[in-house]
Amino acid sequence: MSASRFKIASLIACIAVGAVVLSQVCWAGLANRFIQKTAFKGKHDILISFAAPVDKDWALNKANFRVYEEPDPDIKLPISKISLGPDNKSLILHFDEELNQSQPHVVVIKNIRSRGKNLGTAMVKAKKLYLGFLFSIFIGAMLIHNFVFTKYLGLCVFFGTSQKRSTAVGMGVTFTIVMVASAMMSWFLYQFVLKPFHLDYLQIIVFIGLVSLSVQAVDTILRKVNPILFKAFGVYLVLVIANCIILAVPLILADNEYNAAESFMLALGAGLGFLVALFLMSSVRERLELANVPPTYRGLPIAFVVAGLFALAFLGFSGMSIF
Amino acid sequence: MLNGLLNENPIFRLALSMCPAVGISTTVRNGLMLGVAVLFVQVCSSCTIAAIKNYIHPRIRIPTYTLTIATWVTVIDLVLSAYFPVAYKAMGIFIKLIVAFAIITMRLEVFACKNTVGKSFWDGFGMGLGFLFGMVTLGFIRELLGMGTLMGHNVLGFKPLLFFALPLAGFFCVGFMMAVFNYVELVFNRMKKKRG
Repeated sequence: MSASRFKIASLIACIAVGAVVLSQVCWAGLANRFIQKTAFKGKHDILISFAAPVDKDWALNKANFRVYEEPDPDIKLPISKISLGPDNKSLILHFDEELNQSQPHVVVIKNIRSRGKNLGTAMVKAKKLYLGFLFSIFIGAMLIHNFVFTKYLGLCVFFGTSQKRSTAVGMGVTFTIVMVASAMMSWFLYQFVLKPFHLDYLQIIVFIGLVSLSVQAVDTILRKVNPILFKAFGVYLVLVIANCIILAVPLILADNEYNAAESFMLALGAGLGFLVALFLMSSVRERLELANVPPTYRGLPIAFVVAGLFALAFLGFSGMSIF
Repeated sequence: MLNGLLNENPIFRLALSMCPAVGISTTVRNGLMLGVAVLFVQVCSSCTIAAIKNYIHPRIRIPTYTLTIATWVTVIDLVLSAYFPVAYKAMGIFIKLIVAFAIITMRLEVFACKNTVGKSFWDGFGMGLGFLFGMVTLGFIRELLGMGTLMGHNVLGFKPLLFFALPLAGFFCVGFMMAVFNYVELVFNRMKKKRG
């Protein structure tokens, strides 16, 4: 008897608590849902768009907005100007200082008033799309800051293996695989061994050792697992060690303190960028074989001039920013 | 020793270690700095390998070379960042990347592991000097044509071809220099044939 009464009581209590929580959520959510979008706009502005027109005198009062970076809620960022869109539905907060867009910014909007009604206080976040950021690292490493044409790294191997298209593709694919594997390992080693023990100065030795080790590992595994693939790509494995890019990427990762996903994107971008460069160059060099080149320029000198022209073309990507 | 300077010049003849030759030979000073760093690493690692060559198992010789070079590069890297911070910043990542320069490993493999310390010293010195010579020549051409200056001093008073100050002009510059070297060789051989 008492057990069933207890059950009913607890059920009622549960429903009551649930209802209270639900109403709280709805009440708090009302103001939040009134705001459709919060986003960075340019380097100095945050754009907020509302579901319905807001009152102008409320919107232009700076005291109604409080903006801070998520990790430090105590540091309020000063708003220099507020401008309202023509339909009173969108609002732009201007800041004098450049916003650090790598951190999410929290915007607290007090007592939103729309058509004279008070809708409560909302708290929204403006942040960069993280996937977009990853994508921009990838495209950046592949095209905008192409390691061969804009950073001038890995040239020895680049000129050595770009004579035939099949060789170029083989080298590029092998390089990409080794690049990603060794970059991830060096990221792990740097973050969890070198940094905690303050062994930063051993970077060079550790990274180059790791690269030779991973090349050796790929060599052994490939030889056992897939001999046909090994026959096709085995030759290039030795050349990978002689490529500066494979060492440059871990050093860049360590300098920029990238996390695992970002490191992966950078390594993949660097590898594919090298593949693209090799492919372009080998296509041109195959045609050069048939061209009538002055004897002093035959071979490498003309290849250098061609690479210079490619670099000029890639200069067109500079200054581009995605997301 | 002279072998490394002209006949087997690492940059223009062997076409090795070209990344810095293209990337940072924009001024004579940069070229000089990196050239000296490479000279130091080359000589030191040549001597080290020549001294310990009897104790290296042939199968692990390449990793040993790499680690030896990496050690000396760490030394020069720390020294440069402590005493020449401005130049160090200008050269960026290239100092650390001396590890991956094929020329140093090649000299160790071809020469130092078969010869005495004294001979390896001079061989490394010659090769390093050849690299230094190449870097300074490129820096000279590019700084003179691009900025009209030499070692930061105004020489010409005007800027003939601003294009050469751009980093990517290194590709063209190296290409032209290689062509010049080829041309000299061609003329030289023709003269020899006439005489013989």
